[in-house]
Amino acid sequence: MITFPTRRRARTAALALTMAGALGLSACGGGGDPLSSSSSSEGGGDTSGDIVVGSADFSESVLLANIYVGALKADGINASAKTGIGSREVYLKALDEGSVDVMPEYTGGLALYYDKNFSETDPDKTYAALKDLLPKGTSVLEKSAAEDKDSIVVTKETAQSKDLKTMEDLSKVAGEMTLGAPSEFKTRSQGIPGLKKTYGIEFKSFRPLKPGQATNGALKNGQIQAANIFSTDPAIAENGFVVLDDTEKLFGSQNVVPLVRDDAKEQVAKTLDEVSAKLTTDKLQQMLKRTDIDKEDPDQVAADFLKEEGLD
Amino acid sequence: MSWILDHLDDILSLTLRHTWLAGVPLIIGLLISLPLGWLANRHRRLRGVVIVGAGLLYTVPSLALFVLMPLVLGTGILDPLNVVVAMTIYTIALLVRSVVDGLGSVPEEVARSATAMGYTPVRRFFGVDLPLAVPVIAAGLRVAAVSNVSIVSIASLIGVNQLGDLLVDGFNRAISGELVAGILGCVLLALVLDIAIRVLERALTPWRRADPGGAA
Amino acid sequence: MIASILDWLTSGASWSGSDGILARLLEHVGYTLLVLVIAALIAIPLGLWIGHSGRGRWLVTAANALRAVPTLGLLFALTLVLLPVLPGSAAFLVPSVIVLVLLAVPAILSGTYAGVEAVQPAARDAARGIGMTGRQVLWQVELPIALPLLISGLRAAVLQVVATATVAAYVGLGGLGRFLIDGLATQDYASTAGGALLVAVLALVLDAPFALLERLVVSPGLTGRSRSLRPSEPNRTAPAGGTT
Repeated sequence: MITFPTRRRARTAALALTMAGALGLSACGGGGDPLSSSSSSEGGGDTSGDIVVGSADFSESVLLANIYVGALKADGINASAKTGIGSREVYLKALDEGSVDVMPEYTGGLALYYDKNFSETDPDKTYAALKDLLPKGTSVLEKSAAEDKDSIVVTKETAQSKDLKTMEDLSKVAGEMTLGAPSEFKTRSQGIPGLKKTYGIEFKSFRPLKPGQATNGALKNGQIQAANIFSTDPAIAENGFVVLDDTEKLFGSQNVVPLVRDDAKEQVAKTLDEVSAKLTTDKLQQMLKRTDIDKEDPDQVAADFLKEEGLD
Repeated sequence: MSWILDHLDDILSLTLRHTWLAGVPLIIGLLISLPLGWLANRHRRLRGVVIVGAGLLYTVPSLALFVLMPLVLGTGILDPLNVVVAMTIYTIALLVRSVVDGLGSVPEEVARSATAMGYTPVRRFFGVDLPLAVPVIAAGLRVAAVSNVSIVSIASLIGVNQLGDLLVDGFNRAISGELVAGILGCVLLALVLDIAIRVLERALTPWRRADPGGAA
Repeated sequence: MIASILDWLTSGASWSGSDGILARLLEHVGYTLLVLVIAALIAIPLGLWIGHSGRGRWLVTAANALRAVPTLGLLFALTLVLLPVLPGSAAFLVPSVIVLVLLAVPAILSGTYAGVEAVQPAARDAARGIGMTGRQVLWQVELPIALPLLISGLRAAVLQVVATATVAAYVGLGGLGRFLIDGLATQDYASTAGGALLVAVLALVLDAPFALLERLVVSPGLTGRSRSLRPSEPNRTAPAGGTT
C-alpha cells in the first residue's frame, strides 16, 4: 500500500524536477554568476579590466561613487558601483582584497587612519603627507576642492540656550549631553579620543547611530543633544542645525579624493582627475540636497552633474 | 508608491539576487539535512547531539556569522559566498530537526512491512521512509524558506546586495516608498517560496490526494 | 583568532564599565525578558481562547504570516515613524521591542493553540460529563494538557528573541548586538565573535529554566513518569514541524 513502482517513478520524476528547479534557479542570473557584480552594473561581457567603484554606507559616498562610475563609463571604461559597503575599516579591506578598485575618500580622515597621530591641518600638506602614508598597492589621485569634514552640530535651540558657537564652548556643557555618531567614531583618534584630547570634551553618553535619518532625526527630536554630522549634509541647513566651530582643527582638512588600487590607476586616473577638478563643496552640497531632501536617485543626480560639467 | 513604480528594474534585479541568496542555501541545506537527519534518527545518542547542536547554531546572530565567514572560508569580505554558506548553516539548523521528526513519524509497522517485503535499507529509505516523511520535512522547509528570506536582508550591512539594500537606503534617506518596497518584496518572495514548496509537496505525496486522511 | 577571542572574553577591561560585557549582557537579558513577558501576555490567552472556543483560527495563520516580514525592515520602518513621536530612549526601545514581540508571538501562539487543540475530544467530553463548566474545562483539563506544547513554544520564542535582540543595536540601543555592530564597523573580529558566542551561551542559559519548568509543571499523567493508566504505549507526540 505504500510503494507501487509506477508511483515511485512519478515521485522520482518529481524529485528530479526539484533538482532541475534548483539548477534552473542557479542559472537564472543569465550568463555569468549573478552575484559577482553589483545590481547597478551593466552586467555581461568580459569582467577582466572592469572597474568596480565602492562606496561607504552614507549618501555622499554613494553619490561620489555614482559620479565616478558615470564619468568612467562616459570615457568608455566598463565600470560599476558597489555601494553601501560599510565603514572605512571595512571598505579599505575590500579595496585591499581587490573586490573594489576605486573608493571616494577624504584626505585627512584617510591619513589619520594610517597614522593615529596625524596632526596636519593644511589641505595641501595633508594631501602630500597622505601620499607617503598609503600602503603599497594603493594611491590617491588628484584631490578636489570639495571638502566634507566631520563636525559636531547641535540644534539652534541648544546653541542659543547654552550659548554655543565653538567646540571650546561645548566642553563646558558636554557633560550633560548625549552625542550621536557612527560606531567607529567612538574609537577613532579623530572621534571621542580626539575630542577629549584636543578640547577636553567628554559627553555624558554616546549613542551609536548610522549617518543619515537615524542621526539627523534623533538630534532634531531630542534623543541626542549633539551629533557628528558631515559638514556637507543638507540636513544641517534643512533643520537649522548649528555647526560648532572647530577652532583647533581637530577634523583637519578633508578634501574629496579618489583612492585607487595601483593596478587600476592608469585606467582611471585621467577621467577621475577631470572629475576632481570640477568638484566643489558647494556643488556637492547642492547634489546632496537633491538626494537626501528631494529623495532623487544618486545615479540621476550624478548624471546631471556630469552633463553640466561637460564630463558625459 | 511612485518610488516603487520608478524603480521596478532595480527592485526586480535585487529580488532575483535575494531569491538566489535565500533559495540556493535552502536546496543545499536540504541535501545535507537528509543524510544528517537519517543518521540522527537511527542513532539515539547522535539524535540528542544533532538536535541540540542545530538549535544552538540557529542562535548565532546572522550578522556575526556573515562577518566571520571570510575568516573561516578564506573568502573576500564582499563575497556573496559568505552569505550562501551562512544561510545554508541556518537552513540545516532548522531542517535537521524536521527530517528527524519526519523520519521518526513513519509508523513502525510500515517500516517492518517494508523490510519483510525484502526492501534493502537504502531502498526502504528512498521508497518508504522518505516519501512518508515529506509532509513534515516540507513543513520545516517552509519555515526555513521564510526565515532565510528575512535573514538574507541583513547581508546589506556587510555590502552584499539584495532587497535589504532598499531597507537600509530607505531608512538612511527616510524614503518610505523604498522601505515599503523592500518589506513587500521580502514578504512576496517568502510567499512565492512557500507556495512552491507546497506544490512540490503535493507532487511528492500523491497518495494524500487519492486518499484524504490516509497514510501519514 | 581563537586566542584573541579568548583574550577579549577574559580581559577585565572588556567586562567592566557601561559598555562592558556585563552591562551589555544585562541589557540583553532585560530586552529578552521584557519582550517575552509582553509576548506571553498576548499569545497565551489568545492561544487558549482560540483552542478552547475553536474560533479565530485565522489569527494563528495571520501571526505565522508575520514571520515573513523582514525584521530589519520592520525595525527601520517603526523607528522612522516613532522617532519623532516618542521622547528619549523610548524612541529606540519601543520599535525594537515591537519587532521582537512580533517575532515571539507566533511561536507561543501556535504552541498554546496546538496544545489545546491536541486535547482528545473524549477527555473534554468526560470533563463536561462530570459537570465541569467551560471555564473549569479550560483551566483544569485543557491548560494542563496543553502545557508541554505551550512551554516548547515558549522555548522556541526564547531562542529566537535572544538571537534577534541583537538587532536593537542597529538603532543605537545596547545589548550584546553592540559588540557585533561595533566590531564590524571597526573590524574588531574578536569582539564580533565573542559577542556571538555570548549570545549563544545566553540562549542556553535562558533555556535551562524553561526546560526545568517543563519537567516540573507538566502533569505526571502526561509524561508517563507516573504509572501509566493507559493499557497501550503512549501515543507518539505529533511532530512539531512548523512551530520552531
